[in-house]
Amino acid sequence: MAGKTLFDKIWDKHVVDEIKGGPSVLYIDRHLIHEVTSPQAFAGIESRGISLFRPENTVATPDHNVPTVDQHLSIKDELSRFQVNKLTENCEKHGVTLYGLNHPYHGIVHVIGPELGITQPGLTMVCGDSHTSTHGAFGSVAFGIGTSEVEMVLATQCILQPKPKKMRITVDGELAKGVTAKDVVLYIIAKISASGGTGYFIEYAGSVIRSLSMEGRMTVCNMSIESGARGGLIAPDQTTFDYVKGREFAPSGDDFDQAVERWKLLKSDDDAVFDKELHYDAADIEPMITYGTNPGMGAKIKDKIPAVEEIDPATRESYEKSLAYMGFDAGSPIAGRKVDYIFVGSCTNGRIEDLREVAQFVKGKRKAEHVTAWIVPGSKQVEEQAHEEGITEILEASGFKLRQPGCSACLAMNDDKVPEGMLAVATSNRNFEGRQGPGSRTMLASPLTAAAAAVTGIISDPRSLL
Amino acid sequence: MPSEIFQNIESTAVPLPIENVDTDQIIPARFLKATTRDGFGENLFRDWRFDKNGLSKEGFVLNNLSYSGTILVGGKNFGSGSSREHAAWAIHDYGFKVVVSSFFADIFKNNALNNGLLPVQVSDSFLSTLFEAIEQDAATIIKVNLEEQTISIAASGASENFDINPYKKKCLLNGYDDIDYLLSIKEKIVHFEKSRT
Repeated sequence: MAGKTLFDKIWDKHVVDEIKGGPSVLYIDRHLIHEVTSPQAFAGIESRGISLFRPENTVATPDHNVPTVDQHLSIKDELSRFQVNKLTENCEKHGVTLYGLNHPYHGIVHVIGPELGITQPGLTMVCGDSHTSTHGAFGSVAFGIGTSEVEMVLATQCILQPKPKKMRITVDGELAKGVTAKDVVLYIIAKISASGGTGYFIEYAGSVIRSLSMEGRMTVCNMSIESGARGGLIAPDQTTFDYVKGREFAPSGDDFDQAVERWKLLKSDDDAVFDKELHYDAADIEPMITYGTNPGMGAKIKDKIPAVEEIDPATRESYEKSLAYMGFDAGSPIAGRKVDYIFVGSCTNGRIEDLREVAQFVKGKRKAEHVTAWIVPGSKQVEEQAHEEGITEILEASGFKLRQPGCSACLAMNDDKVPEGMLAVATSNRNFEGRQGPGSRTMLASPLTAAAAAVTGIISDPRSLL
Repeated sequence: MPSEIFQNIESTAVPLPIENVDTDQIIPARFLKATTRDGFGENLFRDWRFDKNGLSKEGFVLNNLSYSGTILVGGKNFGSGSSREHAAWAIHDYGFKVVVSSFFADIFKNNALNNGLLPVQVSDSFLSTLFEAIEQDAATIIKVNLEEQTISIAASGASENFDINPYKKKCLLNGYDDIDYLLSIKEKIVHFEKSRT
């Protein structure tokens, strides 16, 4: 019998029951919630007249809707304020731990989970947010769910899920200077397309993945969903254990040592069989950026936007529609375009290493006059650390300002909206039409590439400025 | 709580031959601020349907009076992106009962099934046949039979079978609810928890 994949090992241990011809009943260890996708689930629980089954396994924070300035004041937008207040009310009523606005642990749900040690190897984790895949970086099975499923978890700590297929993506070699985790994942999605991962759970492997920090690994796993995959995971190793150690909700003392012994077993067997295997070479990966309206439309910054003739005839119409929205010509160079906005932040790239990278890059340089820059920490803890490390000062000296934590311009539910027609280089995860505000145009890239755009005012390969 | 029972459908269809229709197009994030499940249909495909002044955009299919019905036919990779169930709520609230495509994003598919909206996955060639038939005659009747798992064009008789998880099929045909099911096996869940420690 063939060995098991890491995914199978974790999944199988969490199956409570199998429905004949149907999905598995999967037990969920940790449930994260936020203000946008949970109110209807709480309403469902109340209309059924039941209480939460394991409220201690759910943690809440408001992130999608919150302003990124003046967080000490009441939220101005009435609907946003109502939704955030509703989360507070629901958590109080049902006994759920909430890290509300201004709490030292407040932040984007996928940033605070790891930094508080809630995220650990071998767990099953869900959240009503597709970027829950982030937590897979620790060797957990983590994925986004809909609100009906949020209600299932609140009611029974279980969801009904068909088991996905398994894909392994191996990236070997060594990344060149100026090439980051974000470039790796944008490269992968450009190769397999925005739907190439649909139906699969991805395991990332290879020397490039091993060499990444935990934060880099989170960036890669975060964007698994942008290939259509439900989630992505990476086998835990010493880098993982070192990161988890000492965090608020991580095991400590002997418990930690025992946990590490268990976590060391979390890897795919040598003879495990995947439904699909892909291999890439680090030597081919360079700074990447997207030029279209789905994350699969990415290329090397030095490249040209593909000519229409290079596109499969069946998808040309969609391709041309996408370029028309962006106002780009097929076959034209990607670099050199004038940039109006840059956004550094989100659950993809809003962590301390991202801010450090940007600060290091812009130190001694100036932001281009015409560029509006939004630099948004992923959490209160990231914000505090940026102050302590002097990152805030470096940014200010170069003409940038650090905002307050939240999802911000990634999906523009708050006031951080890129105006119609403006071009933004964003470190977030989606370049869909209007994603950053109605009529906004988004190019996804690494924090380094966003910083280079902020300084030069145009799309530039950051390596030329390192 | 019993939900709506899925009935067989015979209806004209609304064609949306665009690939990668993501959930941000189906319902933009700025309309996700409600705390109930109702009323999202009003903002379905908001930025394709209306301009910034709220006026109908000519040329978008939902504004074309020739097309109506309870079946939405979309291009490949329908429902990609965010996990927002609001996308399924918006489509259902607008009045659609079935979404047809040659490929659905996973989370959208689950969300649709959990809300009595049937995702019907067909082959690329059958999808083209559907688009052609609707383009030629907006009054084309499409039949969807969940019991038989078939989708067909009434006039030509062109037909294809579609897959659905047998459990989900049973839920839709009987109005069963996943949460009721999970609550009914709570003892098993408690037993599972005890067995792990």
